Amino acid sequence: MMRVVVVGAALVVMMLGWGVGAAWASDGEIAVGSKKFTESVILGEIATQLLKDAGIPTEHRRELGGTRILWSALLGGDIQVYPEYTGTLEQEILAEENVRGEDALRAVLRARGIGMSRPLGFNNTYAIGMRKDRAQSLGVRTISDLVTHPELKFGFGNEFLDRGDGWPALARTYGLPQRDVRGLDHDLAYRGLESGAIDVIDLYSTDAEIRHYDLAVLVDDKQHFPRYDAVWLYRLDAPAGVAEALAAVEGAIDEETMVALNGRVKLDRVAESRVAADFLADLEGMVTSDRLVDAPDGWSRLASRTWEHLGLVLVSLLAAIVVAIPLGVVSAVKPRFGQLVLGVVGVLQTIPSLALLVFMIPWLGIGAKPAIAALFLYSLLPIVRNTYSGLHDIPTPIRESAEALGLPSRVRLFKVELPMASRSILSGIKTSAVINIGTATLGALIGAGGYGQPILTGIRLDDMALILEGAVPAALLALLAQGAFEWLDRLVVPRGLRIRPEN
Amino acid sequence: MLELSGVSKAFGRLVAIRPLDLLIPPEQTTVLIGPSGSGKSTLLRLMIGLATPDTGTVSIGGTRVTRETVRELRRKLGYVIQEGGLFPHLTARANVTLLARTLGRDPGWMGERLSELCRLTHFPEDAMHRFPLELSGGQRQRVSLMRALMLDPDVLLLDEPLGALDPMIRAELQSELREIFRSLKKTVVLVTHDMGEAALLGDDIVLLRDGAIVQRGRIEDLLGRPADPFVTAFIGAQRSPLDDLARRNEP
Repeated sequence: MMRVVVVGAALVVMMLGWGVGAAWASDGEIAVGSKKFTESVILGEIATQLLKDAGIPTEHRRELGGTRILWSALLGGDIQVYPEYTGTLEQEILAEENVRGEDALRAVLRARGIGMSRPLGFNNTYAIGMRKDRAQSLGVRTISDLVTHPELKFGFGNEFLDRGDGWPALARTYGLPQRDVRGLDHDLAYRGLESGAIDVIDLYSTDAEIRHYDLAVLVDDKQHFPRYDAVWLYRLDAPAGVAEALAAVEGAIDEETMVALNGRVKLDRVAESRVAADFLADLEGMVTSDRLVDAPDGWSRLASRTWEHLGLVLVSLLAAIVVAIPLGVVSAVKPRFGQLVLGVVGVLQTIPSLALLVFMIPWLGIGAKPAIAALFLYSLLPIVRNTYSGLHDIPTPIRESAEALGLPSRVRLFKVELPMASRSILSGIKTSAVINIGTATLGALIGAGGYGQPILTGIRLDDMALILEGAVPAALLALLAQGAFEWLDRLVVPRGLRIRPEN
Repeated sequence: MLELSGVSKAFGRLVAIRPLDLLIPPEQTTVLIGPSGSGKSTLLRLMIGLATPDTGTVSIGGTRVTRETVRELRRKLGYVIQEGGLFPHLTARANVTLLARTLGRDPGWMGERLSELCRLTHFPEDAMHRFPLELSGGQRQRVSLMRALMLDPDVLLLDEPLGALDPMIRAELQSELREIFRSLKKTVVLVTHDMGEAALLGDDIVLLRDGAIVQRGRIEDLLGRPADPFVTAFIGAQRSPLDDLARRNEP
């Protein structure tokens, strides 16, 4: 029992240290958000550098998943600024209000406490693309031409698949008959197109890959896609000077410039912060070096990601232990309640992790908190179930012997039943820990950092080395956790239960 | 000492005990015997409150067994079951002293009591640090008996305590138990299906069938004045083929 207390105390101290560290990380700064595609990250970097130039302490919370996450985070005040597109506002964010036109949008947003800048100068509309050789051989030039080729395989970005102006609406507008439509990551879609696994993908018209892969952009002959003029969205309660500083690039980025900026990051592998700094230097004729945030070197970057990742896993796991073991105990004592509890935590387990993360944002904002909450919910089932079954499987003669001795029920629980169930409970915790280490990589989508960050960036930039920089430590951590639990097994499970009978 | 009046018990549709009265006299050994399913274990479980009677009452030393009284009463009872029911995660010593420690008994007193019990049950004191899985079946039952006797209860309830042991150890323990019961002068209720064990240990034998008492008395009464043909049949069925062989070889 003493050993369990010591281990527990050590973990609590680590947790507190992590909590304090996390609280320091974002103190009194303006946060700029960006979506998880390159153009958004570059724009986020431009905004960050503009604000820093204006003397406003700013951090860039980069690659926060998709539109819904960014919009909720802006409304919730987790971020104050992010780049958005007018088409997305009209068709997606404010779809129910049926707003059209810049001025109408600005008015509707103002009512929600959100400001919108003038357009930055380029229209990054959705487009439909194919390999040029394939399009020519089929004689496809416009989206309407696709109607006569139902055998074509479509691969669309997941966001495009269910957006208000995405695939379902496009199929309706043009009467497209294709059945083979799958969702995949936008950055991976180019790969699929090149290899011939898919024939048709959605594009952003400012994607540098259009030229790089020599793609044909199909003419939107029924004008389905609205304009997607890039704008800044910012909270009207943001500190003075924010809107003014951002205005410096209004009308300053034309389509050609944006394609070039995207190309430098995606094709030439230049860091977004460098690309943004160079752009601003050209624009304003200023020296660039003082703008650049020093990129941390590999080891300190790895250390801080490890710290973030461990924090997510440990805090959520400890909270789950504290809640799930008592739940499991009560479930074992009261079978009716137990069925209910096991049912509820079982349902929680079936919610897709990304969906659960997004559900958390309205309550908990973005960052570590919602990620921890989601991981906590996922950790419950294995621990509750193993506590329940560990207690339930204690042989009746032993349970009854404890009762017949006249031991108080508290003593029976702590001195007999829980020690006997300890191995099962520990293995439930182990399951949760290993699952958590993997699932926590998704936390990067909502700004929680950790090993998911390089994986996310690596997928976006098609950079295998970067993906491994997150995937390898995550796998090692999972192995380490396995080993740690072997050791804990010896520490926590009473020796009498580890003996194998001689015959 | 122990009194059951009008007690009956059914598990679903299965009747385990038909309404019966049973008085267990103090300071002697009463054996409950009968074939499987005769209700003998259920009677014992009713006495220690592991089962609750459908009708009637159970009282111990004049106190009725209820939800409120059962925990206190259990501390005056020692209970030993077939496989010992030892807690596998605790050493022999920790098993025996668990309740005493919970009640905050003096460690010095516990040490003396342990030595005393080791002598009584012929258990080597230096094996007390072992875990149940490191002990033989006979040793486990000795530890279980020590655990039951630790706080010097008035009553010992034993549910087939020797049922899982091999014959030599069983015979050895039978005679040891006889000595222990004689020397301690406790009220003992022993459940067994072995007529020889009943004859050896029991001052008083209660023969059960289908949840009812068929005959009660000393072994001589059951042998000499069977109340029912079942009594003779039950005793006869337990005669070992070896007995017949031995008789045939007599001069």
